[in-house]
Amino acid sequence: MSAVAERRGRRDDFTSERHVYEPFRVGLPPLGSYLRQLWRRREFGLALARSELRAAHLDTLFGRVWLVLNPMLMALVYFMLVEIIRHGSKSPEFLAHIMATLFAFRFVSSSIKDAARSVTSGGRLILNTAFPRAILPISAVIEGFYRFLPMVAVYAVVHVAVGLPVGPQLLWVVPIILLLVLFATGISMFVAAAQVYFRDLRHFLRYFLRIWLYTSPIIWTVDQVPEGLKPFLALNPLYPFLGSLSDTVIDGTSPPMTWILWSAAWALVVLVGGGLFFISREREFAVRL
Amino acid sequence: MSSLSASEQLAELEYAPPADNWAIRAENLSVTYRTPIDKRPTLKKTVARMVRRQRTLKEVQALRDISLQIPHGTVVGIIGVNGAGKSTLMRTLAGILPPTRGRVEVNGRVSTLLALGVGFNADLSGRENVVLGGLAAGLSREAVEAKYDEIAEFADLGEFMDVPMRNYSSGMYGRLAFSVAVNMEPDILLIDEALSVGDARFKRKSFDKMRELCAEARTILIVSHALKSLATLCSDAIWLNEGRIMMRDTPEAVIDAYTRFLDVGEADEVDEDV
Repeated sequence: MSAVAERRGRRDDFTSERHVYEPFRVGLPPLGSYLRQLWRRREFGLALARSELRAAHLDTLFGRVWLVLNPMLMALVYFMLVEIIRHGSKSPEFLAHIMATLFAFRFVSSSIKDAARSVTSGGRLILNTAFPRAILPISAVIEGFYRFLPMVAVYAVVHVAVGLPVGPQLLWVVPIILLLVLFATGISMFVAAAQVYFRDLRHFLRYFLRIWLYTSPIIWTVDQVPEGLKPFLALNPLYPFLGSLSDTVIDGTSPPMTWILWSAAWALVVLVGGGLFFISREREFAVRL
Repeated sequence: MSSLSASEQLAELEYAPPADNWAIRAENLSVTYRTPIDKRPTLKKTVARMVRRQRTLKEVQALRDISLQIPHGTVVGIIGVNGAGKSTLMRTLAGILPPTRGRVEVNGRVSTLLALGVGFNADLSGRENVVLGGLAAGLSREAVEAKYDEIAEFADLGEFMDVPMRNYSSGMYGRLAFSVAVNMEPDILLIDEALSVGDARFKRKSFDKMRELCAEARTILIVSHALKSLATLCSDAIWLNEGRIMMRDTPEAVIDAYTRFLDVGEADEVDEDV
């Protein structure tokens, strides 16, 4: 039985004994075998993310320190900015709030920025090897997550130092971050494919991400928003993610269920939409690079 | 007796055994793709072209109705002028470009050496690029690491294997790419214009390696303009022109016809190639 299963499993492998290439009737390749192929390349996705990190940080002590220092300094800059504008009315808890939400935001934005160049810079690999291209933006998200992980430790130290509550409600962080990963993956796939068609997208992306940062509950909190503005701000997909995160870690309460459901809905819609867009376009990449 | 044989035939037809001895089988294969006119398309240029009502895409009919069968163990040379569809054919057989019409069947492990193969990320070392390339092709980490030493030894780049590839010379790039492709123990090897890489010594070495692979009864497709090498290596040759197969015969016959075609019809093309 296992021999048959193995043979069947190998049938649709890129490296198996037999490949059949036929035109796709609709825009999508068979999704089942595509996802199986994707899962087979997980090792590649992880190795690529680690290699990119090594190349970016040159594997030096200073490189690693900078990886942690840079987001911390940014959080401090924003904290001071708000302090000055608000005439020093903010508490240390607000610094913790900025750190938690800013680090989460930077995970999303750095994933998107890396994903934008993941396909266009992988030209040679794409022209020479048959593999599911979706692994390239996914690898960019993995890289973003590797950058994010040390910041969790940094935040934990600040959390305890400021004297914020530690309790079981902190477990909410796990599903919130998980949903954020799915959300980032969806946007990353969309941006990676769009970049192939419009190579100047990356330049616009910088401004877009900056505006997104300011319109997200990072340097302000949800309860500061005038009632009339709330419906508009709720259009920002990151609003429920970062709002729940801040509720959980700063206020020490369970986030409202509606926010969790909103986050899950955004994550699902963006992941499926971005994923299908990418996969339906990817066989064109080889002739457009 | 006749009914039995008829049903047997039917059963055989339905079963359609995976092409007993065919390594590659293409049926009525056509590839048409649309590619942007700008080498590096941007939103700005696209909008500008749309405002001026210019086209932003051009359609390329790279392969037209190609049918071919290549038995296991043959070494096939593919020749043709630039833009004849040689590289597109190789990419389609490798599963990189999907066919627009028709069907391709490939039996065996494929290794490709198309354009300049390895080194998609110049910031990474040769070692990392080799490992990542292998993983992307679907090999397990153990399999890649088992092959790595052979690859490094054949490429003979010494300590350059651990240097970022942006510091490589083009010859070094070629040597590493060739070494990766031939050391992956493929059943089917697709090589696109990569026979003459590196210095004279490496050329000799790669030619010997090609001979060795040919002798091992692997299936090899070589695209090259080096007609003399093709004549020595190949057992079979295909001449492509404007996406169609013009001729398929012994290498001598095809090369002969191709050279005559170049001399008579396309004198400019010869000058260009020189």
